[in-house]
Amino acid sequence: MSSSAPAGGWTTGRLIDVQRPSDKLVRLRFHVEDRVDHWPGQHYVLRLRAPDGYTAQRSYSIASDPHDPLLELMIECLPDGEVSGFMHDVAEVGDEFELRGPIGGWFTWTGEQPAICVVGGSGVVPAVSMARYAKRLGLADSLRVVAVGRTYDDLPYAAELEKYGAFLALTRENLGDRVAHPPWPDELAPLAEGVERAYVCGSVGFASFATRLLGEVGVRSDTIRVEQFGATS
Amino acid sequence: MPVTRGFIGKRRDRGERADRLPPGQYDTGQGWPTLTAEVTPHLVPEQWTMTVDGLVDTPRTWSWRELHALPGSSYFGDIHCVTTWSKFDVTFAGVSVDALLEAAGPQPEAAYVMAHSTTGYTTNLPLADVTGGKAWVVWEYDGKPLPIEHGGPARLLVPHLYFWKSAKWVTRLELMAKDRPGFWEQNGYHDRGDPWLEQRYQGDP
Repeated sequence: MSSSAPAGGWTTGRLIDVQRPSDKLVRLRFHVEDRVDHWPGQHYVLRLRAPDGYTAQRSYSIASDPHDPLLELMIECLPDGEVSGFMHDVAEVGDEFELRGPIGGWFTWTGEQPAICVVGGSGVVPAVSMARYAKRLGLADSLRVVAVGRTYDDLPYAAELEKYGAFLALTRENLGDRVAHPPWPDELAPLAEGVERAYVCGSVGFASFATRLLGEVGVRSDTIRVEQFGATS
Repeated sequence: MPVTRGFIGKRRDRGERADRLPPGQYDTGQGWPTLTAEVTPHLVPEQWTMTVDGLVDTPRTWSWRELHALPGSSYFGDIHCVTTWSKFDVTFAGVSVDALLEAAGPQPEAAYVMAHSTTGYTTNLPLADVTGGKAWVVWEYDGKPLPIEHGGPARLLVPHLYFWKSAKWVTRLELMAKDRPGFWEQNGYHDRGDPWLEQRYQGDP
């Protein structure tokens, strides 16, 4: 199945909607010319071009459902981020961008097997695409999402994920009667029961924590697919 | 392609480094981004082995200790990741792939290599890209043991290609007559991956 994941070349995306849900996040919705519909979990490359031909490009996970008429990205603004900073500070509705995608055939879920996503911070984005897809196709029982963030406001798509029945674990503030803490094994265990696939997405530190936690509740490491970002020094 | 309204760019590397940055790449500076598709394995060096087999006269397997007994070889230079970061002036040490191949004796029809990791990760390379002093199996980074998240105890190093070709936790080089796609290559990435030609994805030149 993985070899048949859709793939698209360079095309143009016109920005239709820009929202800045926090000072660190920008949500971008594009109309993509000659769009190739993606699988949940795939990503796009976004390229910026200066008048002298200099370019900068980065990969971003897709947040939208494949049936959404627009392509949605949620970009976290990184310190000194050349592309993320520009999209947060400068990009406006009507601007055109070079986009390439969809790309990637590994970190994808199309509903064939029950799965769990353990995702942190802006790593929730591919899980949002999966959850939207599951909702539309009535596959919600096949996808459990554990989303981890510092605070409710920091966590992208927190309200929407909650609506889909995701388990939210906040590490810096209490949520209802749940005391601030990373997810505990006994919180994860019932959600991981019976899954045949696990997706982990987040920072390097988060991915290491999440894969260890999944192991503790009995998820085999060869069923875990990881997408991590960020640097070690 | 159209210019992006309002974009000037800030990470231009002018001066002596400009010609060391392949198209579409940026200098990541002191950081070293980590990209992994599978769970990081915690390997015990004494249980890890390195094998060269497939189309060779004598399939060979080296233990950790045996590999260290081979003549050492190091790389000092730059590395380039398909996710667009490049890192300048890194030092890796280990053993040249040439030394391993010499011991195993490639057969005349061998033209490609599949690198296999302990995790099941694979990546394919033309044999010519891992011979002639262009590839290493390394276990040291900047004079220290290679960190596990960067492929320790040992990884393949093929610095003239995008870094996914430098398989982390490498354990086997399989020589083949015909090319076949490895892990990322089955998932949309280029079969060769030359950063200077921007061979990032399937379909690139």
